[in-house]
Amino acid sequence: MTRQAITIRGLTKAFGRNAVLRGVDLDLPAGQVTVLMGANGAGKSTLVKVLCGVHRADAGQVLLDDKPFAPEGPAQALRSGVVTVHQNINDGVVPGLDVASNLLLDSLAEGGSLFLNARRMREDARRIAAAVGLEVDVTRPVAGLPLADRQLVAIARAMVHKPRLLILDEPTSSLSMAEAQRLFTLIDRLRADGVAILYISHRMSDIRRLADRIIAMRDGQVSGLFDSAPLDYSGAVRAMLGHEITEVDITIPPPGPVMLQATGLQLKPEARAFDLALRANEVVAITGLVGSGKSALASVLFGLESPVSGTLTLNGTPYRPANPAQAVASGVFLAAKDRLINAVIPAFDIQSNLSLPFTKNHSGPLGLIRRATERAAAMRSIQAMGVVCQGPRDGILTLSGGNQQKVVVGRWMSQASRLLILDEPFQGVDIQARRDIGRRIRDSATNRATLVLCAEIDEALEVADRIIVMSEHTIVGDHRNEAIDLGRLMAEVAGSVEDRMDISA
Amino acid sequence: MKTFSPTEFAIRYGFLLLMAGLIVVFSVLKPAFMSPQSAVFILQSVAITGILALGVTATLVVDGFDLSIGAVATSSLMLSAYVMVIWEMGAVAAVLFCIAMGAVVGLINGLLIVKMKVPDLLATLGMMFLLVGLQRIPTQGNSISTGMVLTDGTNATGSFSPGFSMLGRHRIDFILPDLVPLSVVFLILIAVLVWGFLELTRHGRVMYAIGSNAQAARLAGINVAGYRVLAYMISGVLASVGGILLSARLGRGDVASGNNLLLDAVAAALIGFAVLGAAKPNAFGTAIGALFVGILLQGLTMLNAPYYTQDFIKGAVLVVALVFTFALSGRAGRGRG
Repeated sequence: MTRQAITIRGLTKAFGRNAVLRGVDLDLPAGQVTVLMGANGAGKSTLVKVLCGVHRADAGQVLLDDKPFAPEGPAQALRSGVVTVHQNINDGVVPGLDVASNLLLDSLAEGGSLFLNARRMREDARRIAAAVGLEVDVTRPVAGLPLADRQLVAIARAMVHKPRLLILDEPTSSLSMAEAQRLFTLIDRLRADGVAILYISHRMSDIRRLADRIIAMRDGQVSGLFDSAPLDYSGAVRAMLGHEITEVDITIPPPGPVMLQATGLQLKPEARAFDLALRANEVVAITGLVGSGKSALASVLFGLESPVSGTLTLNGTPYRPANPAQAVASGVFLAAKDRLINAVIPAFDIQSNLSLPFTKNHSGPLGLIRRATERAAAMRSIQAMGVVCQGPRDGILTLSGGNQQKVVVGRWMSQASRLLILDEPFQGVDIQARRDIGRRIRDSATNRATLVLCAEIDEALEVADRIIVMSEHTIVGDHRNEAIDLGRLMAEVAGSVEDRMDISA
Repeated sequence: MKTFSPTEFAIRYGFLLLMAGLIVVFSVLKPAFMSPQSAVFILQSVAITGILALGVTATLVVDGFDLSIGAVATSSLMLSAYVMVIWEMGAVAAVLFCIAMGAVVGLINGLLIVKMKVPDLLATLGMMFLLVGLQRIPTQGNSISTGMVLTDGTNATGSFSPGFSMLGRHRIDFILPDLVPLSVVFLILIAVLVWGFLELTRHGRVMYAIGSNAQAARLAGINVAGYRVLAYMISGVLASVGGILLSARLGRGDVASGNNLLLDAVAAALIGFAVLGAAKPNAFGTAIGALFVGILLQGLTMLNAPYYTQDFIKGAVLVVALVFTFALSGRAGRGRG
């Protein structure tokens, strides 16, 4: 019987009125890799932050080796043996210092003698580095190391504390395959040493390689535990994404001519090339996990990145935008995700936010803005999107999140386009706003191709005529939104079409 | 349903009231303060810093900063003198050389910031040092005036053209004969142009969008880098215009002039944030800010306050204006587009 390194019972945490953890029960056995999966906002990061002492839980109990564990701060969590390597590598290292100082940072911070013995430091550091298989000159500054080595430095630094629990938050997101292999070897060794490992990732290849158990989180609770071999990866994805049967009734219109044709498109050096045709009048949703390549595809179509290889044609003519300005000029619009970072101009009112990409259409000689036509266009957008506001001159930040989202989505529907890409258009909005935006997307879809990127399958089912699944930066499934085989769809999202057999069997 | 809020009122009109109060106090203490001549003198004293401040405003709008304006202005002063006195060319050539120099410096500043990713403060600070040195190299650190001894032992024979000097010295008949200096006309003209550009054209709108959220502006298909460079070019050109007016007023390429230009201009632009509660860089506020500094200094001068207290009071006013902008208006609603 395996010993539990960590036992969590009834853990809750709320930020203001927003309950993020709603009673989490979780065991992490020693000597096993537990993979934690969850969509954005499921509560993964908050759970990690409670465990590593950044946040304190509101209620609930955490036992570390059967003793209550409630760290006052990150330093105490570390001393108790809970070690976290964050997604952002530089949280774990001091780039300006050399490797030796980084490895010994915690003992330096704790004090000791006033002067440093450089030779002894180097010897200690070499010993620590060797223990994790880090082969590097310890006098080199960390800033000069490749990302993978920096990560090993962060892990090695943590090893000094003889960890009981090692938390790795998306550790391979910026590593090459070879570097990831080295990390996996290290994880295997730590597992053999009896360390409990909590591994947070969306990469199915990592999960398949490492997981002894999978825990899925959804809406602040554990929504699924999978610990019997062979692991049910599709089941884990389903538990993570969840879905209810939606009442939305999609009538698929007859598709028009091909608007955008991608041929032999390769998004990443290791990824498989794919073809994609988007037709006028149709709404296509692309679904897939975080990092599956949805946003990379949008970036290529909108001129933010160049593909590794492949060609695009738009309305029959070659299309290769060098920047968003060229994409917009060609009639390819992108309503970006994360509106506060990528879309909202906080200093502007609704009207100016709506007209931002199209000021040329609202200006006369000398570039003077015609306020009257701008205002009229804003009124039309507000009407069409159902934005709840006093008037077009309201500051954008006075609106609720759902109404802000309607403005930034409505911005790109105020002018005719050839291809409209909407990246997570339902992000952070309530159900009513989601319905409004979805209806508006479908109602206005005539004569353009529409591409909606959404991680949530429910949203795809609500809005699309056709659902394309991406995984590992390529297309792995294409379904007409009529009597869809959800099991198969989930299996494709999980990146394991062969798992389909398990489900149908 | 608007209810009266004292904080809101203070944010919107506080600075204008303060300015009106200053005028009343100075007029009571020194009745001569209220004369048209005094008013014109104030305008003349703020004309050059005002023009520079309008340039800085353009860079502030795109969330940048230009510390090189003072050095651009003094370089323009030296260049205009060099062109006329040493190369013996005319007023038109001098003006064109200076404006081209300002545009090129602005272009380099912009490219350093946009292409080389140098932080704006550092890039323009570096440019400032570079120009302060560069402008003295051709004359080995000497001022330029007619008859000065050149490196080859001869005397410079060129002189400031009368047309050029007119830019800084000519006065126009307005109500009273010889009342309004040409430099004041330039200030008003440039202020109206910059205001119109920033507030009424789509280019100004887009620049404000860049200053508020550059990433969102880029994803709206806006050429963010291009507009940033444009802002620094506007700043450089306006600074060189300021230098031309200074040169025309002085009538010689004086290496010691223009020390206060940068600080006064920056102060005017930052005070402008507080005018009418804009809480953002704006041309109207900048013009009022420059006027405010001018009124303050003129009043203090007439009251015989020593120069060092003037610097102190200028600094104190700037700090108060910044409190108005950031502490008070942070609590109230946001600015509108």
